Amino acid sequence: MTAPVDEEPRAAVGEPLVVLDGVNKWYGDLHVLRDINLSVARGEVVVVIGPSGSGKSTLCRAINRLETIGDGTISIDGEPLPEEGKALARLRADVGMVFQAFNLFAHKTILENVTLGPIKVRKQKKADAEERARELLDRVGVGHQADKYPAQLSGGQQQRVAIARALAMEPKVMLFDEPTSALDPEMIKEVLDVMVDLAKRGMTMIVVTHEMGFARTAGDRVVFMSDGQIVEENTPEEFFTNPQSDRAKDFLGKILKH
Amino acid sequence: MAVWDAREQLLTGFGITLRLTLVAAVAALVLGTVLGAMRVSPIPPLRWLGTAYVELVRNTPLTLVFFFMVFVAPRLDIILEFRTSAYIALSVYTAAFVCEAVRSGINSVSTGQAEAARAVGMTFGQNLRLVVLPQAMRSVIPTLVNIFVALTKNSSVAAGFFVGELFGLGRTLAIRNPAEGVAMLCGVAVLYLIITIPSGVLAERLERKVAIAR
Repeated sequence: MTAPVDEEPRAAVGEPLVVLDGVNKWYGDLHVLRDINLSVARGEVVVVIGPSGSGKSTLCRAINRLETIGDGTISIDGEPLPEEGKALARLRADVGMVFQAFNLFAHKTILENVTLGPIKVRKQKKADAEERARELLDRVGVGHQADKYPAQLSGGQQQRVAIARALAMEPKVMLFDEPTSALDPEMIKEVLDVMVDLAKRGMTMIVVTHEMGFARTAGDRVVFMSDGQIVEENTPEEFFTNPQSDRAKDFLGKILKH
Repeated sequence: MAVWDAREQLLTGFGITLRLTLVAAVAALVLGTVLGAMRVSPIPPLRWLGTAYVELVRNTPLTLVFFFMVFVAPRLDIILEFRTSAYIALSVYTAAFVCEAVRSGINSVSTGQAEAARAVGMTFGQNLRLVVLPQAMRSVIPTLVNIFVALTKNSSVAAGFFVGELFGLGRTLAIRNPAEGVAMLCGVAVLYLIITIPSGVLAERLERKVAIAR
């Protein structure tokens, strides 16, 4: 068994972990990702924001190849994403993913949701996996729900379980694809709290979100996308107080006014 | 009364029908699930093979499948007992329908489930076995019951191919006692119901038991 995430010896912060180089993607004639170059360092929290349809979700999903790309390369920890198959499955095991719709396994209990990957993919012993799963469920505050089924939990609880499920694989990086967009307002905070805690523990995170508060508190860098391009990249403070591009000014003007 | 006097023969036929149905049901469930998995596989030749099987078998009358097993196969030096031929014909035929049911079940599972499984690093096979199929099978239980009820009745085709199952024996008995022919065939019908009605009830229970809230 490997050590829990938070105690894992880490390579020096700052070394590139996720690198996208000249990535393009088309849906037919629609050019959804335009020449994306992005490097995310180990331990860094990158928040991707932008208007709907700007390609930010596609970008996030491309990083573990749930979306294929047209050209360019994406590599994780120095290893380029392989074609669909065993090697890709191995690589995905190291990349945690949290979806907008939670996507907990509907026919499995909360505990089973968290242990399924470790047991079947990591080949951990059931008892070890369960012990670790219970720790993680406690950490995200749903330990007492372990024997329930996903549909019996609130959206906020389900999303926290989804985070625990991803963490149980001891990923090198976590991808969040609009993790709070399907939640009622009062549940958003409980999920963001877990994410902020994760960021503080040094997890490398790429977070697609509309939560500007999260970007300010936990983000090391904001990437602003529009029309499939990265328009602007900056520290959250700089980006929110002093956006450079017209597109970003326009976007911030619309969302911060109310 | 002739039906009562013939009870032992009828029960023998009933036993054979029951065995034909059960064996073919299990074999068709296994083969049909494998075919269903092939039809959604990322490997194109497997998909083509699955599709070809379904289109060929589903669109062939069952009687022709039996005919092939009993009269054509021996010419290809495949010589089987009549009973074995009947098992194979019924399984092969029913599997095509099971395959389509399983495939529709797979399509009813939301893509997010499979994506989440891929995201934790499961291979295609693990994904199918551990996440998609268990949910798909739950949603197709009613369809599978239909298929197995049809299979029970389809097993009577074996009577035309030298297998003394329920319908075949009933028919022989009816011809021997024309006066009681109708009663005899009614007895046969009741025995079929003894298989089909409980299986429907059982399936409904199973469906409720494994139902998952969404």
